[in-house]
Amino acid sequence: MTDTATHTTGEKARIGAPSISGFTEEGENLSPMNEAASPIGGAASKAHSHGGGAGIPDSSRAGRLTSYNVDDFPVLTGREEDFRFTPLKRMGGLHKNELVGVAPELVVTDANVSTLETVAMTDARVGSAGTPEDRISANAWKHAAEAKVVTIPANSTGEQVTLTYTGTSTEAAASHLVLIAEANSESVVVIDHVGSAVLAQNIEIDVREGAKLTVISLQAWDEHAIHAASHLAKVGKAAHLKHIAVTYGGDLVRLTPSAHFEGEGGEVELFGLYFADAGQHLEHRLFVDHATENCKSNVLYKGALQGKDAHTVWVGDVLIRKEAKGTNSYEANRNLVLTEGARADSVPNLEIETGLIDGAGHASTTGRFDDEHLFYLMSRGIDEKTARRLVVRGFLNEIVQQIRVPEIEERLAETIERELAATDS
Amino acid sequence: MSTLEIKDLHVSIETEQGDKEILKGVSLTIKTGETHAIMGPNGSGKSTLASTIAGHPRYKVTSGTITLDGEDVLAMSVDERARAGLFLAMQYPVEVPGVSMTNFLRTAKTAIDGTAPKLRTWTKDVKTAMEALKIDAEFASRNVNEGFSGGEKKRVEILQLELFKPKFAILDETDSGLDVDALKVVSEGVNRAQDENEMGTLLITHYTRILRYIKPDFVHVFVDGKIAEQGGAELADRLEDEGYDRFQNVPA
Ligand SMILES: Nc1ncnc2c1ncn2[C@@H]1O[C@H](COP(=O)(O)OP(=O)(O)O)[C@@H](O)[C@H]1O
Ligand SMILES: [Mg+2]
Repeated sequence: MTDTATHTTGEKARIGAPSISGFTEEGENLSPMNEAASPIGGAASKAHSHGGGAGIPDSSRAGRLTSYNVDDFPVLTGREEDFRFTPLKRMGGLHKNELVGVAPELVVTDANVSTLETVAMTDARVGSAGTPEDRISANAWKHAAEAKVVTIPANSTGEQVTLTYTGTSTEAAASHLVLIAEANSESVVVIDHVGSAVLAQNIEIDVREGAKLTVISLQAWDEHAIHAASHLAKVGKAAHLKHIAVTYGGDLVRLTPSAHFEGEGGEVELFGLYFADAGQHLEHRLFVDHATENCKSNVLYKGALQGKDAHTVWVGDVLIRKEAKGTNSYEANRNLVLTEGARADSVPNLEIETGLIDGAGHASTTGRFDDEHLFYLMSRGIDEKTARRLVVRGFLNEIVQQIRVPEIEERLAETIERELAATDS
Repeated sequence: MSTLEIKDLHVSIETEQGDKEILKGVSLTIKTGETHAIMGPNGSGKSTLASTIAGHPRYKVTSGTITLDGEDVLAMSVDERARAGLFLAMQYPVEVPGVSMTNFLRTAKTAIDGTAPKLRTWTKDVKTAMEALKIDAEFASRNVNEGFSGGEKKRVEILQLELFKPKFAILDETDSGLDVDALKVVSEGVNRAQDENEMGTLLITHYTRILRYIKPDFVHVFVDGKIAEQGGAELADRLEDEGYDRFQNVPA
């Protein structure tokens, strides 16, 4: 009678040092599905490992290959650790084909002090903030015809600029953006993706010393879009990146934000909100690489799912390297399954290679909104529609309120209403 | 003055072996101001009666009626029943993910009253009621029942009872799992609601100890889906001494 909320978690943290003060772990119930982590393709990753992969198991993030050259990555089979949830058949060839289609057009609005340049892929700024971490990203790098560079000037404050990518083609395409927040700038950048597209995309995010940058990336595509995006962030000394991914449009979206600390005192907040409907595959895999001392990271992704074969994947890799003393890190993923037939995979991976940290923890829950919840709310006079809205809005609100751009918050509220209206019918 | 009338109620549930009849002809009339205690052994169908009144979809009424001031309760949806003035304090309140207590209480109050409560007085009412029930203020910002202990959940049920001011309250084993202090606090809450609002109470319990704090006008002994005996408060004392054996030994 009370068997209602179900809680599952993914892999348990792999902990380098056994007992660390301040280390907390929630959600002890292991999902049997995730118990055995399949190691990623060994030889290649070892050969190309960055940051001393010696003695680290293959499945460690420290040992994973990064390269600008697509041929360094083995051809994908779907069995790789980082592709095991991704239906390659539905990728529109982004991982293997020539990406020669017309890339979505970029329009910049509300720019006051920021600048937009179109440069060749040989420009020094391309590749300055990131290196591809998987084959799709490298393929996009290879095929991008040009790069856009948006720069927020040093010491400027209050810039809030919107970059809108509007897709009109269904041919596989590649695109590249470099976003530079110069030293001590403070800004908000909204990156909006609308229309139809089959797109592999790299977005480099260079947050320089003392800069404060908020990036809000909306994946608001039409229903057939296919989108694989790597957001590669470099966070400088005492810099602060707040990254918010909002994904609800498209047939398949795979977003891999990764943040690398380059100096002491950096902070990243990675937030995400996704809403998957029948048939949609929405995947978020993030990586926080603590490679320097006294940095802070906080990750929270929340997802709602409804409809047959709605599938979401969340994987959170947090690596606290030996040299990252004084790290403070927390990551959590929470899913709310609204109907039968939807599936949420959630895998937090916390690797800690030093005992000298401030704190680190992770949590993952997948709750089900079921008839008992509905009965409880309705037995208090609340009608069914209102009850559903109450639950979903309440659940997602924690992320929505992080956005702090009224137009986008409003748009999201409307989107959530529309998605919910679809369940009612 | 309101009347909740249950007449010859038969209720079944679907099981793997087919339909199973659980309530086998229950009749009971409660009026405003009255407190009726239903006492019975585990499995006798007490929660079934409570959930059926509230309209839980699992329970199928095969015959009989429930009316509230002559209105057909069985024809109403779950939320309509609550708005008509019925309140069920559940034996096992569920945790509702994503919804804060504050938001939930205000939404429910608005639904029941038909208009949103004035923010200032409402906030004060909630605070006062929480203090009286010794519920920590911090609970307001937590999700409905999420991570609450058994006793905390029961207090929160009574908090709702006090705030929503129903015509009839059905309390399903609100006393179970409470220590003596909590039992007192919760009983006082029920008594307050009874005194301050025009309310009738159906108090379902397995034990007699709550009847020390909430005085019943009528006691009904519930055995195997039926009322086996009725009386005044003195019947509870007899049960305390004799248990339910006397009733269960009689073949059904
Ligand atoms: N979902 C269910 N499936 C099967 N049997 C049930 C279910 N719910 C209740 N019952 C049965 O109905 C009878 C009455 O249960 P209940 O109303 O909970 O009794 P009480 O509240 O008096 O302990 C019991 O025999 C119980 O096993
Ligand atoms: Mg019961």
